[in-house]
Amino acid sequence: MGRSESVPSGRPDRPAVPEQRSGEDPYLRVRDLRVRFDTEDGVVRAVDGVSFAVERGRTLGIVGESGSGKSVTSLAVLGLHNPKRATITGEIFVGGRQLVGLPEEEVRRLRGRDMAMIFQDPLSALHPYYTVGKQIAEAYRVHHPRAGKREARQRAVDMLGRVGIPQPARRFDQYPHEFSGGMRQRAMIAMALVNDPDLLIADEPTTALDVTVQAQILDLLADLQAEFHSAIIMITHDLGVVSQVADDVLVMYGGRAVEHGSVEQVLRRPQHPYTWGLLSSVPSLHGDADADLVPIRGNPPSLINLPSGCAFHPRCRYADRNGDRSRTEVPELRPAGEDGHQVACHLAAEERTRLYREEVAQVGVAR
Amino acid sequence: MSPVEEAAARPVTETEPLLRVRGLTKHFPVRTGFRGRSLVRAVDGLDFDVRPGETLGLVGESGCGKTTTGRMLVRLLEPTAGTIEFDGRDITHAGRRELRPLRQDLQIIFQDPYASLNPRHTVGRIIAMPLQVNGIEPPGGVKARVQELLEIVGLNPEHYNRYPHEFSGGQRQRIGIARALALRPKLIVADEPVSALDVSIQAQVINLLRELQRDLGLAFVFIAHDLAVVRHFCQRVAVMYLGKIVEIGDRDDIYERPQHPYTRALLSAIPDVTRLGPGGRIRLAGDVPTPLDPPSGCRFRTRCWKAQDICATEEPALVPRAGGGQATACHFPESGPVAAATGAPAVADDAGPVADDGTAGAGAADGGSGTTVEEVSK
Repeated sequence: MGRSESVPSGRPDRPAVPEQRSGEDPYLRVRDLRVRFDTEDGVVRAVDGVSFAVERGRTLGIVGESGSGKSVTSLAVLGLHNPKRATITGEIFVGGRQLVGLPEEEVRRLRGRDMAMIFQDPLSALHPYYTVGKQIAEAYRVHHPRAGKREARQRAVDMLGRVGIPQPARRFDQYPHEFSGGMRQRAMIAMALVNDPDLLIADEPTTALDVTVQAQILDLLADLQAEFHSAIIMITHDLGVVSQVADDVLVMYGGRAVEHGSVEQVLRRPQHPYTWGLLSSVPSLHGDADADLVPIRGNPPSLINLPSGCAFHPRCRYADRNGDRSRTEVPELRPAGEDGHQVACHLAAEERTRLYREEVAQVGVAR
Repeated sequence: MSPVEEAAARPVTETEPLLRVRGLTKHFPVRTGFRGRSLVRAVDGLDFDVRPGETLGLVGESGCGKTTTGRMLVRLLEPTAGTIEFDGRDITHAGRRELRPLRQDLQIIFQDPYASLNPRHTVGRIIAMPLQVNGIEPPGGVKARVQELLEIVGLNPEHYNRYPHEFSGGQRQRIGIARALALRPKLIVADEPVSALDVSIQAQVINLLRELQRDLGLAFVFIAHDLAVVRHFCQRVAVMYLGKIVEIGDRDDIYERPQHPYTRALLSAIPDVTRLGPGGRIRLAGDVPTPLDPPSGCRFRTRCWKAQDICATEEPALVPRAGGGQATACHFPESGPVAAATGAPAVADDAGPVADDGTAGAGAADGGSGTTVEEVSK
């Protein structure tokens, strides 16, 4: 990926629209990813056979509740798991390179340059002892060893300006605690983007922010994506955020993918009872405010003690419609009718469509 | 207080309010700079009423003073000025002893179900604590009452002897609710009771609170930043910004016909799952200014696209509009349904010095009132 090591200004040197836009070669391809932790209490299968792909210029939203494996998936892509404690199998291709099994040193070289991450809590992700600018400049120099101090500083100031921080040159010399929450998140985005990564993973980037600031940050990410043409993975529990930014959606439950498709397909014509449950649980700004929400019964499962068969079956209202299958057999992710739409559910396609139309679409935001 | 404000805060009914708040103010002294002292104006003159069995939502972004307000209502914080009347009695400065009988009627549910339960006490003991402290011997015994409460909040009564760590976040929040219900209160202050929970669990707890509110006729002051959650729980809503109520009214007024520009911006900023793609949003510039040195006049003017000279000089009063219970503190209130708001002029994202001044925390970049951290950096 023709990268010049001495970009003086903030402008990336590669063409705005890379050649491989056609779609046959996604920038990130994950196949059958499994992440296992051996703990005293037993084996935790945090991610159990997840596959997805993200093209440049597109955004994949990964949705799930706590313990669904969404963050573990993203940390695996970035190679941030401790190899002594986590066992990772499967394929992770970033820009054509398989990362699983790659020596740590090589993954480190890719991380921060080809792929970067935005964390939920910028206050704990930024070092309190160094100025914001210094941290961004360092992120640049690590991957541009020949860049001088002044050049790195210039680059960092440019980035701060680009993410909408006023008076970036003055802000360069301030410490993280002198930034407000929204500004800190902007600074972290600047740090993540300082090397023009092709893949950006954002783990709940706006969860800690107020809604008006969240709107600013989501707009900023969209603008920057249009400019840099990067692939983005947006991990969130907020279906509203997903509906706004994602092109594709992956719904995870108990470490597995239960539904995958375009944002239209997953949020408008959802096929999995868990997705139905999520949609009907969300309070909305429209519709009948006096109607009760329709929650999913029970609690998210423990990954150490995952229910047999379909992990969702103890909470699923339709689990008993397949005899014992939901309890005994893990459903595979299969095509769900429409092109690219996949679902892991034992219900027959016609029955799902009928149930959704007759029972689910009547309530909540699924309407 | 002016008669106008009085009228604004009074609900349109004859029922005596259960809770009556007038001019409620909390200023925190802070050290600024080397020797200077200054005040954080966290809450600055609130007026509102809550009738028996009514649910009032206090919404706003972080730093708007909603949590401080909640804590003053249950007297965990001492108000700087103003009065709080509960059930006809002035409790603004009531002492511990006077408060004790009141605590039975006035309870609080906290945001963090992990930090608000003592990990070394069993669930039974946690829920029984309010009964013991108040020397109440319920008919049938403490244990029976506790088990009844567990059942009311949807937990297994046999889990009486378990410890908080054995429960999930949603279940812990139910324990906190059971504890708040133990004394059969009339009013519960709920401070972000569902924001720490997963979506599916959040819906369970909201439904539980709605059910309790209906069945037990409880009044609630429901503090939340999530306007969609508030819409599903509250009959009346007060929108706060930088320590002030900028708009108060019935739910439908606030959500369908908001008049304050801030309310409109707040509503339009919420990503709505029923709409795909980035919709027409009102983009607010910058962050909330620091409460150390709030803007003169209308506190929202630095981020408002309608602001004129008068907004900087004259503070708008919370005035009722077009009859009814809706009141707005704005010199140029909006009218018409909310859909019209999406066409409002988008404010440029980097509004220069205004946005910069607003980057609170360290805040007050405009010289003069430099804070400790500001000094350090120089």
